[in-house]
Amino acid sequence: MKIHRHSYDAVVVGAGGAGLRAAIETAGKCRVAVLTKLYPTRSHTGAAQGGMCAALANVEEDSWEWHAFDTVKGGDYLVDQPAAEIMCREAIDAVIELEHFGMPFNRTPEGRIDQRRFGGHTRNHGEGPVRRACYAADRTGHMILQTLYQQCLARDVNFFNEFQVLDIAFSENRVSGLVAYELATGDLHVFHTKAALFATGGYGRMFKVSSNAVTLTGDGPGVLYRRGIPMQDMEFFQFHPTGIYKLGILLSEAARGEGGILRNTEGERFMERYAPTVKDLAPRDLVSRAILTEVREGRGIGENKDYVHLDLTHLPPEQIDAKLPDITDFVRTYMGLEPKTQLIPIQPTAHYAMGGIPTNINAEVVVDSDNTVLPGLYAAGECACVSVHGANRLGTNSLLDIVVFGRRGGAAMAKYVNEVSHADLPAHIEDETRGQIERMKSATGGENVADIRGRLQEEMMDKASVFRTDESLRSVLDTVRSLRERYHRVSIQDKGEVFNYDLTEAIELGFLIDLAESLVVSALARTESRGAHFRDDHPTRDDVNWMRHSLAFRTDEGSVRLDYKPVVGGKYEPMERKY
Amino acid sequence: MAVVDVELKIKRFNPEQDTKPHWETYEVRVEDTDRVVDALHEVKWHHDGTFSFRRSCVHGVCGSDAMVINGSNALACVLLIKDVGTKISVEPIRGLPVIKDLVVDMEPFFNQYKSVLPYLINSKDPGYEERKQSQEERDRFDDTTKCILCAACTTSCPIYWGNDSYVGPAAIVNAHRFIFDSRDEAAADRLDILNQRSGVWRCRTAFSCTEACPRDIKITQAIQEVKRAILYNRI
Repeated sequence: MKIHRHSYDAVVVGAGGAGLRAAIETAGKCRVAVLTKLYPTRSHTGAAQGGMCAALANVEEDSWEWHAFDTVKGGDYLVDQPAAEIMCREAIDAVIELEHFGMPFNRTPEGRIDQRRFGGHTRNHGEGPVRRACYAADRTGHMILQTLYQQCLARDVNFFNEFQVLDIAFSENRVSGLVAYELATGDLHVFHTKAALFATGGYGRMFKVSSNAVTLTGDGPGVLYRRGIPMQDMEFFQFHPTGIYKLGILLSEAARGEGGILRNTEGERFMERYAPTVKDLAPRDLVSRAILTEVREGRGIGENKDYVHLDLTHLPPEQIDAKLPDITDFVRTYMGLEPKTQLIPIQPTAHYAMGGIPTNINAEVVVDSDNTVLPGLYAAGECACVSVHGANRLGTNSLLDIVVFGRRGGAAMAKYVNEVSHADLPAHIEDETRGQIERMKSATGGENVADIRGRLQEEMMDKASVFRTDESLRSVLDTVRSLRERYHRVSIQDKGEVFNYDLTEAIELGFLIDLAESLVVSALARTESRGAHFRDDHPTRDDVNWMRHSLAFRTDEGSVRLDYKPVVGGKYEPMERKY
Repeated sequence: MAVVDVELKIKRFNPEQDTKPHWETYEVRVEDTDRVVDALHEVKWHHDGTFSFRRSCVHGVCGSDAMVINGSNALACVLLIKDVGTKISVEPIRGLPVIKDLVVDMEPFFNQYKSVLPYLINSKDPGYEERKQSQEERDRFDDTTKCILCAACTTSCPIYWGNDSYVGPAAIVNAHRFIFDSRDEAAADRLDILNQRSGVWRCRTAFSCTEACPRDIKITQAIQEVKRAILYNRI
């Protein structure tokens, strides 16, 4: 194993929307390298479908304050309101900037950016749905990812493709370096750097049914968690209501934004009972719970009565072709069904981590309940927790989050690295990573990575997903800890250097187990129901005791210690969440 | 849905051990509604951990897992077992250097993509509002915005196999996406690039690219439109 050494002012880890937007912001201002374990255009931003909200008011009256209100209410008041206000205010310029970058948005008859309805986005504080989502058919994320990558090429951004970051070093209480594993050679690369911005995406692959790429294993949060950075609000994990049955492939909320309806086995439009005003366009946490409540009460469909239908059959066929071409193709490909004439079996699918690496509004990572900044460390996008999504993210706000906070993080990082010199790199910072790789290659314990991961995913899906109880969480915590014991006995077959995915999958499983444990411990402690975290044994929200963010720290013994910090309020007082 | 036994014949090459590629056969049990990529995962996870292939989203939008399946280029995550049968051969896409098993060197492909200036070029300050674009103008290049850079088209092209200086269909698709975008000002530069020996005139209209595209982009038509734009100096 060779060790290569590099020196940069700043390193961006991950090349999805947040990483690329950060890279654009730093380009020309400092020497920056972008490291990704994939190729940039393979990032999961490209799988986002429905849109990106901004109160452009191109098609009807709207304001960014209404957007901020919806975001705060949608997040069940766990949102830090100043952060949400920044995001919703900057959304307008962010969309315009994307258009200037070449983003091919759908257009109105007047040639302006078209907008459509989306779940939880309302006119005048909940009066009714509003057309706020800017979109490009049902491949908005694909278009944003391509556009940002194109702009990086125009700026000659320096990419290290298929480089997986496995460790970080701090010295003098700030960032000093990163260790990355090069997939093509098996070599290690040490990056001496003043700053690092993590934008590695989510970790939905800890659940069995997920819309996430199989590569979404929480590597960035995993690396930082092991180095003492807390994980914030891990108990809040979003299940998207409309995943393709069993596969979990996402069918965008845009399907309901365009008029699609959810139906139970009786053909009933059951969302009318759960959200009389906005019906099928209620926020995702409510719709996912409604679906599984229908299933629990025997109104599910199919042999096991465990799914419901998404009905698009009443939509004009030309509207489906123009506005929802990709997702209807998914239905044809994977289900063998024609969505213009047939009902689509759907179930909630693990979709988005609201929690993650705690940051402030400049994407600077904060490491304790006093929000102390760790100089040189930044995070943006799904791996981060600002917190703009609180306990439940609204649809489209993730694409918004990545461009707004990717830009803010890039700008803050470029400014910082021009004010400081490199911290001294500790000697042999690669030793621990090298040791880990060598141990994994020589281990003979006989445990299989796929078997452990499969068990983790099943248990997390059964016991720590949409509905949770003290009992289910204790049970899954025991399982996660026993799986970690088994993980220590993992052995891999591939001992080679070149594209050894056997090795990297084993390393990734370690991150998933750590993050799953922090999620379950955080969920067990939170004895209330809020947003995506629903406890059957504590079914109401408890603002007296729980208007606070969880911080999960990994202890030296490898366990979890919890701490809390207050939610940053604003003009919207918590009220009952009705739609 | 039915459980089926699948015979997977995979072209393997390990640069640390082999001097040339060889075929290995694996028997795996999967459901007929599973994807080919699920069968490949079954091989990797439970039969032979040394088997390497790229994949990420596993539903046809990231472009990682283009490969030759039963002789044709496809994404392993959009073909179902019931569509390809229970005897399946899998080999790396052609025309790019094989590194290990199904993993090929993508750098030449991305360099060709970069050579056509694949980004919006417009020197006018648009101010603080969006640039206007009519629905018709937007529709003009809609098809080619769908490209996910999976390389299925370029590596299905017989001309590309024989001449790797040809930019290939994917690069032309991405040039088309900007040449016909009403907001862009650099069509002439891109047409100049594609008028060179390495450009569109290498295309012999074999339609292999169009057949291979997992996004159903009308690639041959896009190439023809670029040729016409060069010939008649008109877009």
